[in-house]
Amino acid sequence: MENNIVLEARAIYKSFNDPVKIDVLKDISFNIKRGEFVSVIGKSGCGKSTLLYILSTMDTDYQGELLIDNISMHGKSEKELAAIRNEKIGFVFQFHYLLNEFTVLKNVMLPGFKLNKYNEAELESRALSLLKDLGIEHLAHKMAHRISGGEKQRVSIARAMINDPLIIMCDEPTGNLDNTNTDMVFDIFKELTEVYHKTLLVVTHDMTFAQNTKRTIEMEDGRILR
Amino acid sequence: MKTRHITEIAGALLLARWKQTLVAAVGVTFSIALFITLLGFMEGLNQLLDGLVLNRTPHIRLYNDIRPSDHQPIDLSDKYKEYYNFVGSIKPTNSREEIHNAQRIIENLRKDPLVLGVAPKITAQVFYNLGNVDVNGIINGVDVEQETKLFFFSDYVTEGNYYDLKNVANSIVLGIGAAKTMMAKVGDVITVTTTEGEQFTLKVVGFFQSGISEFDKTQSYASVATTQKLLGESSNYITDIQVKLKNMDLAPSLAPQYKQVYGVDAEDIQTANAQFETGSSVRSIISYAVGLTLLIVSGFGIYNILNMLIYEKMDTIAILKATGFAGSDVKKIFTAISLSIGVFGALAGAVFGFIFSKIIDAIPFNTDSLPTVETYPIDYGARYYIIAVLFALVTTYLAGWFPARKASKIDPVEIIRGK
Repeated sequence: MENNIVLEARAIYKSFNDPVKIDVLKDISFNIKRGEFVSVIGKSGCGKSTLLYILSTMDTDYQGELLIDNISMHGKSEKELAAIRNEKIGFVFQFHYLLNEFTVLKNVMLPGFKLNKYNEAELESRALSLLKDLGIEHLAHKMAHRISGGEKQRVSIARAMINDPLIIMCDEPTGNLDNTNTDMVFDIFKELTEVYHKTLLVVTHDMTFAQNTKRTIEMEDGRILR
Repeated sequence: MKTRHITEIAGALLLARWKQTLVAAVGVTFSIALFITLLGFMEGLNQLLDGLVLNRTPHIRLYNDIRPSDHQPIDLSDKYKEYYNFVGSIKPTNSREEIHNAQRIIENLRKDPLVLGVAPKITAQVFYNLGNVDVNGIINGVDVEQETKLFFFSDYVTEGNYYDLKNVANSIVLGIGAAKTMMAKVGDVITVTTTEGEQFTLKVVGFFQSGISEFDKTQSYASVATTQKLLGESSNYITDIQVKLKNMDLAPSLAPQYKQVYGVDAEDIQTANAQFETGSSVRSIISYAVGLTLLIVSGFGIYNILNMLIYEKMDTIAILKATGFAGSDVKKIFTAISLSIGVFGALAGAVFGFIFSKIIDAIPFNTDSLPTVETYPIDYGARYYIIAVLFALVTTYLAGWFPARKASKIDPVEIIRGK
């Protein structure tokens, strides 16, 4: 049972001290099991993005304990955390954040270069098959800034998948997209969990999106409501 | 993380801002090219000016100095043994200027592994006879072959054939100044009077121009045998032994040894010409200082451009870090950018430095005092290229290090949330 838990938060507190002390997160405890499709909703400023950045190991300034794959993130160096992000976490952001200097294919391959698990040819074929699954393999050799917003978000998803991560974290993945693209991204996520048994954690304020996920964590004023 | 991927990312970032990158690289190229040209030119001039004297000066000169007698009669008195004696009645006697057993000394010195070569020399005081007027002169009796090999004698013979000095009996190479006064031409016969009062006729086979006009007015050259004949001495008579060492810096330590071993006076080049060393080293220091300043300034250029690049590429850095690139990877990427600007700039700079040197080397530079020089002197020493390239790499590395460190410390959360 324990082995099924991918990510666990134990009593996480966070406060900003500038200009006055504000508690952003209070006693956040929950866990995510393998294959779950979880959305986090809440009003703007309720701390859901802050929580995501803590869970993603990028923000280390908090109290409490975070376990990814049953390993505590406490006291790990910046380099070790980077390696964990690289191997176990995939990211999709609200703004696509592709590197404009590279082609779509290179963008997808970049985290793989860092992981250095596959050689370049293997990595390229993996990236191409991911792009194909997402229906955008024809864009592979275009420069990243030459493609549309919806396409960019799909490339981001491919990039998040390249190292076959334990969990994919998304920060408002549909926040910047129109309805057609939102539906498409949602379908992709659904397919990821159902067909590929990926674990997804999506922060969103899109209620319809959240209602369609299997589990919804609702936050208000730094606490989990349900 | 493979180096190739680091360089690939660095390359992509570089190309994204290729104009700024080019400006930075051109800055390095320019400073390296000028550094190499400046130092090559300065050192070329130094060598030329030093060569005026140093080429013609033996590293160690063995001779017998005329000195007052070391032992004055009062020293022999027991009564004044404990006193400081300054009464000296015995003047220098008709001391032997000749070096005793000179041939053996020369042979011995030639066997010394530290010695590059040895040339004998005789100096003879003469008067050049110009009708009623006598002009002071000095005839140096030299071994033409050795003199050419060790002291570049042939370079300074501007007219006629220096080798005739050996082939033609009773021949002389006149100093150009003396020749002008005497209105002598190559092939003419001149008359000289020795200090002993004897007159000789000598055939002019060439002119000598050292670049130092005072020297050229009095000094002339003849073969050793001719000079011995002038002085009425035997063929053993040698007054100076000129030693050229493989390493000039050893001269001050070797001179006292030779003095002791051969029982003659020995003077090293550093003692004889201290001022030239000083002049050259000061000139070198100034040109190094100017050159290195140029490089440092170009380093600041790289620093600025990298800083700018980092501000522009904040998003890229944030996403790299979010997807698992460590701070050290980001640092490597920016250091690679900086170093590639440095390497490219330095190599191009070395090429341009060589081209500039070649251009300066082709500019005509004629002066009466330097007969052998036709264009501006350039030293093509590899060390300037090596110093310039090494220093460029160090500067660009440092110039990149600070921005790279800044980039590695960027907090991805701040950038991503800031949107």
